[in-house]
Amino acid sequence: MRDLIRFGFAITGAMIRGGRAYYLWVAFLCGWVALGVAAYLHQFEVGLVATNMVDQIPWGAYIANFTYLVGMAAAAVMLVIPAYVYHDHALHEVVVLGELLAVAVLTMCLMFVMVDIGRPDRFWHLMPVIGRFNWPASMLSWDVIVLNGYLVLNFYITSYLLFTKFCGREPDRRKYVPFVFLAIFWAVTIHTVTAFLYSGMGARPHWNAAILAPRFLASAFAAGPSLMIIALSIIRDKMGFPVKDAALNRLRQIVAVTMLINLFFFFSEIFTELYSFKHHAASMRYLLFGLHGHNKLVPYIWGAMALDVFAAAVFLTPKLHRNPRVLMVGCGSAVVGVWVEKGMGLVIPGFVPSPLGEVVDYTPSFTEFCVSAGIWAMGALIYTLLLKAAVPIELGKLRIAQPEAVS
Amino acid sequence: MATDTDLHAEPSALEPHEKLAETKLDEHGSRRTFLKIAGASAAGVAAAAATGCGSPGAPTTEEFFRQHYKKLNDEDKKKIFARIEDEVRARSGVSVHISDPPPIEGVDFAYALNLSVCNGSRRCVEACARENNLPDDPELRYIRVMEMEVGSLEFEEATAYYEPEKVPEKKKFYLPVQCHQCDNPPCVKACPVGATWKEQDGIVVVDYSWCIGCRFCVVACPYFARRFNWEEPTIAPERINPTQGYLSNRLRHKGVVEKCTFCLHRTRAGRMPACLEACPTGARKFGNLNDPEGEIRKIIDTKRVYVLKEDLATLPRFYYYFG
Repeated sequence: MRDLIRFGFAITGAMIRGGRAYYLWVAFLCGWVALGVAAYLHQFEVGLVATNMVDQIPWGAYIANFTYLVGMAAAAVMLVIPAYVYHDHALHEVVVLGELLAVAVLTMCLMFVMVDIGRPDRFWHLMPVIGRFNWPASMLSWDVIVLNGYLVLNFYITSYLLFTKFCGREPDRRKYVPFVFLAIFWAVTIHTVTAFLYSGMGARPHWNAAILAPRFLASAFAAGPSLMIIALSIIRDKMGFPVKDAALNRLRQIVAVTMLINLFFFFSEIFTELYSFKHHAASMRYLLFGLHGHNKLVPYIWGAMALDVFAAAVFLTPKLHRNPRVLMVGCGSAVVGVWVEKGMGLVIPGFVPSPLGEVVDYTPSFTEFCVSAGIWAMGALIYTLLLKAAVPIELGKLRIAQPEAVS
Repeated sequence: MATDTDLHAEPSALEPHEKLAETKLDEHGSRRTFLKIAGASAAGVAAAAATGCGSPGAPTTEEFFRQHYKKLNDEDKKKIFARIEDEVRARSGVSVHISDPPPIEGVDFAYALNLSVCNGSRRCVEACARENNLPDDPELRYIRVMEMEVGSLEFEEATAYYEPEKVPEKKKFYLPVQCHQCDNPPCVKACPVGATWKEQDGIVVVDYSWCIGCRFCVVACPYFARRFNWEEPTIAPERINPTQGYLSNRLRHKGVVEKCTFCLHRTRAGRMPACLEACPTGARKFGNLNDPEGEIRKIIDTKRVYVLKEDLATLPRFYYYFG
């Protein structure tokens, strides 16, 4: 117990001490968080009318970001599986960094849900036992279970590993390996359940397709490891953590395959919808070409597809990805491309046309932009703080006997 | 029987012309600008706590811990209804009476609508708004009348925004849509907190005091029947209907979902829904399915009725026919 308190003090100390660049970065993020908080307060007062959502478009930027981020959280398994199942040593050394990313991203997911609901004060209604949980009927109740479960699992695994390392002990495999394997399974469920939120909607033909869950997983496993490559490169350069090239290469090999699968799934969906030219295809036509003169999403989706294709080209061409800069651009393209394609590019066309045939365009309001940016900054802040404590522990610089040794 | 050619009616205007008196209690809660708050972001959390208390619909401690409708006993309900009545009186000076008529044993409600005679006057839309205390600012309506092209039942070819001098227009027919009170309701299945459910007489209700405002039901509904309160609804005090059902037309606050309830506070007391009474053409029929002599039963037995989006197997209790 006393060790746990020391651990708490040590990591807090590590988080609040840092160089000039660190403070500037944290201040920068805090600025965005403050803007997000201010925007949310405004929304809290006037209601969700502060957003550009309407009855025809009942979900917008918040749920689009939520959907995308669930995938990013699930993507941590792309490090865990090679590390634990295939004993990839290079990835094993960085696996905790991936799991911490999952913790930060899941916190963002929960925040995006909170800002989206009309009565956040009634959040406790969603809690099992004390509220009234419509389980198993509602897919949203499943999502509450899997997301919180995954958060707890990752939080526990990373805390346990870092704590034992901090104490200078060997982690007891029995105390964490079963949870690691549970987390692998759980990661698949969080994204599958989130896809089922959409694909279970008979009222929305655009989502009501079996390809949706596979597409969700493929796109997550493309964008997630891409973000991990970027994060690990920054951690190596800025925090002095010796990330091996082998680890980055393994992740790159994974995204090369998953991005192709993602593009293939998307293409299959487009073909099925457009070739038969049913009325059901109206949403897809709206997304790709516009409908009745409404074409707000068209440039975004084509841009996203261009980014996806470019990323795939980088990952598949040795000449390109051997240049670290080009690789970074490729990873960035995958992260942004999937964000557009699976965020707004998936959520909004599901509502267009509406069940009564109405075509309504949607772009996020200024409030939605600020709140979303604030949550992204909050996620980056959480990950930064977690890394600030985790990296010295992993490097053996932060130990129980010498908690002052951190710079 | 009346036909659609001899019944021309002025379409009732969708926009309210008068400036409505606001019944919002707070002054500081509703009109603060974004920049003002952004400037005060340092004191952000404190501001949230302070303004939250004055926000319309902000819960009292008692309301915050209120249990789900189905867990309330008669004593609880009495207290809650009295509290709501007091709140409305304090806000708008109107004395309302909240009742909670239970479903009647052996009654199964259903609705039928004769598309041959509906002339698109939208009288039902306005009557519904008055009966159910729907706000005029923002405009929120349970019934949506679709102007359809003759020759097509496809909604993509239809519009809800028709404003001709006279209805009906040539080569058009009119298809009003409201909650179909499905027997297999996707909205009820979607709700994560059980804030919406199907009652014994077939009516799907919402407990506005339990809804968290996630809008998953709005997404799930294939008939665009559910409405969300994006902002605090306002209604002129003189237009408040004081006869209110707890699960139907009592006043709502921002952040929750609502919908047509077949006017259960009327229909469970033996009256007809307001939309039916307002219909100038007699296109609307309502009643108890289990009454073999009832009009609704005769229509379903003898007319060629159909339901919207039958392929979704939602089993609506709202039938259309050409008769």
